[in-house]
Amino acid sequence: MIMKVLLAMVVPVAGILIGLLYKGIDRILAARMQGRVGPPLVQPLRDVRKLLVKENIVPDDAVGWLFSSMPFVALVSVMAILLYLPLGITPVLEGYGDLILVLYLLIIPSLALVLGGFASSSPYASVGGQREMVKMMSYEFPLAIAVISVAWLLYSSGAENVFSLSVISGTHVWGLAGIPGLAGLAVIFLCMLFVIPGELGRIPFDVSEADSEIAGGIFAEYSGRNLALFYLADAVKAVAIASLAVALFLPYTVSGIFGLGGAAAPAADFLFHLLKVFFVLFVSSTVVRVVTGRLAISRVVSVYWKYPVILSFLGLLLIMGGTLI
Amino acid sequence: MEDAKKLKRLVKSVWVFNWFNSCGFTEILPVVGSRWDMERFGMIPVASPRHADCLIIAGYQTEKSIRRAQRIYRQMPKPAVVIGLGSCSMSGGMYWDSYNTIKRLSDYIPVDLYIPGCPPRPEAILKGIMSIFREVEDHA
Ligand code: SF4
Repeated sequence: MIMKVLLAMVVPVAGILIGLLYKGIDRILAARMQGRVGPPLVQPLRDVRKLLVKENIVPDDAVGWLFSSMPFVALVSVMAILLYLPLGITPVLEGYGDLILVLYLLIIPSLALVLGGFASSSPYASVGGQREMVKMMSYEFPLAIAVISVAWLLYSSGAENVFSLSVISGTHVWGLAGIPGLAGLAVIFLCMLFVIPGELGRIPFDVSEADSEIAGGIFAEYSGRNLALFYLADAVKAVAIASLAVALFLPYTVSGIFGLGGAAAPAADFLFHLLKVFFVLFVSSTVVRVVTGRLAISRVVSVYWKYPVILSFLGLLLIMGGTLI
Repeated sequence: MEDAKKLKRLVKSVWVFNWFNSCGFTEILPVVGSRWDMERFGMIPVASPRHADCLIIAGYQTEKSIRRAQRIYRQMPKPAVVIGLGSCSMSGGMYWDSYNTIKRLSDYIPVDLYIPGCPPRPEAILKGIMSIFREVEDHA
């Protein structure tokens, strides 16, 4: 019990540090790909430290309490997600929540952004808030289909409690599917990677921030401590969504291979999990962010509703077909 | 002392807002790009004055645009610094006898640093910024 409480305090803090670490890695890798040197690895930490000493401005016309509370809501909700996700170790709040809860919790930070944007009284932020909502509509659908197909696969293999995250990460989905199912899973994994940049608001789906069009969008009026909280929430959210993808599709562990026991096993699994998270983020966010530009807002919805939705339906059909044969 | 500490954190991660209405923009662009890469020093361009630590006013300002510049400066969270870029911001430059450009930026906004040149080389900009970093290091 004490162990659990301790973990529940350590995991969110570790999540923040890991998120900031990946932000640093991401910036260096992106810089190298663009032929630049890039910032030092600890740059995101320095950014946060700097933001904390800056003046924290609340605009006169803003709805003050909403404006200042939304950054906290965003950060707390993403930190809570980490407690339900298997991070190489069993989830801290094992048995208290499942995949569906995680999906709902993932919506909260985006909603907090939208509310914060609307509350800040700036026209740029309102436009950003509307765009964020449109974007949420577009990426939630393929994400839901991806989750459903994995659950279907587990269900047809006779597992109970298919939405429980420890069941999902305890089963190797790739071993369950037949040949058509494998193709279907690969397609759905691709869709999941497609969803990640949208969920994180990275290029090419950063329409709600859109520096060059709407001046930072949702964040236009945020400064100082509030901006730092959003910055941290964004870093943790990257870890959370990538952990979800890893739990669904790459639930492999290393402790069995090396025959580790005792305390070394969870430690090794945790580190391996981090590796997988960084890999997923690198493929889905860093590379994509460097090689593409921002999509026009009118295209974001159609891009999402055309390719990932159709592809993930195809994947779902393949998986269903595979289990029926 | 408090301020010195704050500034020390500030120079580790400078977010730059660029305000220009002239050839000024060409003066700063290469510093952002891959050749002179200012992100090495933790400096990135931002789009909203609320995020900015450093306001770079590039080139001449007209009677009208200086009012926007002042407004941007008021919107920035403090502590913040202002850098005037190019000879136009110091003396009016080649517009010295124009009827509608302002001649000296510091009559309107508290400028911390001028970087001369028409336009200044990227090296000059980096040197100017380095001198701010040094100043902060020395006084902390
Ligand atoms: S200093 Fe030269 S380059 Fe800069 S704005 Fe003035 S005329 Fe243009």
